[in-house]
Amino acid sequence: MRLDVILRVSAKLLIPFILLFAIYVQFHGHYSPGGGFQAGVIAAAAVVFYAIVFGIRAALKVVPASVVEALVPLGVVIYAGTGVLNMMQGYHYLDYDPLLTDPVEGQYWGVFIVEIGVLVTVAGAMISIFYAFALRGRS
Amino acid sequence: MVLLTLIGVITIAIVQVRNLFAVVVLFGAYSFLMATVMLVLDAVDVALTEAAVGAGISTVLLLGALYLTKTEEAPPRFSTALPALVAVGTAAVLVWGTWDLPGFGLADTPVNTHVGQEFVGRAYPEMHIPNVVTAVLASYRGFDTLGEVTVVFTAAIGVLLLLKRGPKRDDDAAADQSEGGEG
Repeated sequence: MRLDVILRVSAKLLIPFILLFAIYVQFHGHYSPGGGFQAGVIAAAAVVFYAIVFGIRAALKVVPASVVEALVPLGVVIYAGTGVLNMMQGYHYLDYDPLLTDPVEGQYWGVFIVEIGVLVTVAGAMISIFYAFALRGRS
Repeated sequence: MVLLTLIGVITIAIVQVRNLFAVVVLFGAYSFLMATVMLVLDAVDVALTEAAVGAGISTVLLLGALYLTKTEEAPPRFSTALPALVAVGTAAVLVWGTWDLPGFGLADTPVNTHVGQEFVGRAYPEMHIPNVVTAVLASYRGFDTLGEVTVVFTAAIGVLLLLKRGPKRDDDAAADQSEGGEG
């Protein structure tokens, strides 16, 4: 009989809420403390928690290593690409004014997009570093 | 004061304890206390990051690293007198430096009178983002944050290059038997 029943059940209960909290920290960052860095780390922590409780192979099935590693540069591309888009619209690099017709709304959504870039890179980096440690010395 | 005393106790424990597993757990406790200190200082963003990164992720990564090495600290090869002297000296200089700092939360300090006020006033009309920290971080200071993201990206690449799919030696095969986490 497995002795980690309590751990498994509590993990199943907690992980959805950890992920929900990560989403809250990300998308409520405009109004409350938080943002891409914090949300990325919290989301990564949920995956790491899952991997610790259910084993690294189960985690690799849910969140494959190749996907996670692709996320790391993707976030930088989202962030830097926003700046390039601003330049193509004739403004300064990372000046979000032209993203929408209203400059204020442009700034609002520019920050939103850039924070998603941060989230993607941070979460990808944290999970892939964890995988690198956990898979070291195994096949 | 209670928090700072607890931090002091944990720091001494970290230095004294030789079992690295206990040290990692103590580091986690240290990070949570540090996060609480940040919360007391009203730096909620920093507290959130410290709790998530310091106590969460780095504890797991250190445990992962322990799994690859021994869990007992090697006895020191050289005398610890000189490093201790450097540490105490640096701490003394830092404490001496704090004597000239203005009191916490004073309104007439340079931090609160120059650019800080300007951004607090400008952020909402220009972006409709009530959280000034987010506004400064992602827009006014966007280049810096892009640099930070690039640093995370570079760090991940570096770690992956060093650790991922390293040459598989025979003595590693035994590790394959034990599946599951090391936490």
